[in-house]
Amino acid sequence: MSSIYSEIILDYYRYPRNKGSLPHAQIHARDTNPLCGDVIEMQLELDEKNTVKDVKFNGQGCAISQASASMLTELVKGKTVEDVRKISKEDVLSLIGGQLTAVRLKCALLSLKVLKTGVYNYIGSTDATKDEVSSL
Amino acid sequence: MEHHSNIVPWQLLARQTGAHLKYVGLTDNGHLVHEDFRQHLESGGIKLVAITHVSNVLGTINPVREYVREAHKQGCRVLVDAAQSVPHMPVDVQDMDCDFLAFSGHKMCGPTGIGVLYGKKAILEEMPPYHGGGEMIREVHLYESTWRDPPYRFEAGTTNIAGAIGLGKAVDYLSEVGLRNVQAHDQELTEYAHDKLGRIKGIKIYGPENPRTKAGVISFNLGDVHAHDMATLLDEDGIAVRSGHHCAQPLMERLGVSSTTRASIYVYNTEDEIDRLVESVERTGRVFKV
Repeated sequence: MSSIYSEIILDYYRYPRNKGSLPHAQIHARDTNPLCGDVIEMQLELDEKNTVKDVKFNGQGCAISQASASMLTELVKGKTVEDVRKISKEDVLSLIGGQLTAVRLKCALLSLKVLKTGVYNYIGSTDATKDEVSSL
Repeated sequence: MEHHSNIVPWQLLARQTGAHLKYVGLTDNGHLVHEDFRQHLESGGIKLVAITHVSNVLGTINPVREYVREAHKQGCRVLVDAAQSVPHMPVDVQDMDCDFLAFSGHKMCGPTGIGVLYGKKAILEEMPPYHGGGEMIREVHLYESTWRDPPYRFEAGTTNIAGAIGLGKAVDYLSEVGLRNVQAHDQELTEYAHDKLGRIKGIKIYGPENPRTKAGVISFNLGDVHAHDMATLLDEDGIAVRSGHHCAQPLMERLGVSSTTRASIYVYNTEDEIDRLVESVERTGRVFKV
């Protein structure tokens, strides 16, 4: 089994990009993983064209949850809300690379769950989007 | 230092009955603050003391016999959570003189979904059933019924027969090995592991400093490595540990951490395995550049 703990993951864990908060964010969501206590908060500031002008995350937890959140902020910056909505599990997992066990998948995908929760609260949530979020 | 299973049911009960919960504090090295306990007892109004025999996180062995004696002096009843002690050491309810004692099959080589709740006979005889159904009745009429004697009164319906047979076999197995031998083996390996792990740079072991005074669990953190990352890296080396809050969130809060990694020692473990654990923890330290 190849280790998930690449230099890149550890670098994002130690030196997280886009960590902090945005007081004027239009999209704001937070969630925890009750099994392990990981916490992730995501804030997105949009311009008039609904493009992500700035993004910050905050949180605490394992290297995987924190690194994936930081990587995700880099991915969404400059994207439209519509494009952010389309980001998939697979997109996040390919950022992280390596093999994850089922339990650790939850760590890796917590930030995506938070991001989607925030986006759907902003553009409007449906039963389908609720199912999508709860499947993460 | 309690497991959630010795906290949450009392919260539910308190909500039902209006009872209040009071807690005994913890010292920095993982022992109960005896003085706290005495003060609670002397303040009066304590009906029931619920105490764990062995901490599932710290390995602290509580002097339960002494606590029982002091509680009885004030007319309180005592329930002991022995889920972590019964599998690891000889436990004598008569010597302990506790009123109730509970343990679980899955912590002692037995099946899940079954455990034992011991209660003193005289107390059980006073108690009404908490569940209704078959097997627990003496006579049933349309508007009233009478109950069988304990323990049947508390075993309504078709019981978990397969579970009981499995647990019985587990008890036979441990009796054959001998709980004194289990305890001695645990003790030897715990001391060995404590010594070896304690030498690793950046490690913090929680609970009693002297491994002779604790049972066979070692909870630790290494530098800023999160326990889940530690567990994943140990898993890569074929080592199974528990990581997280160990169903003891209030204890994590007291320790000032979100989680710990816990190595648990039992009859099947060897000194060689401890060496491999130590190597693997050291490797994790190198990966994370602790």
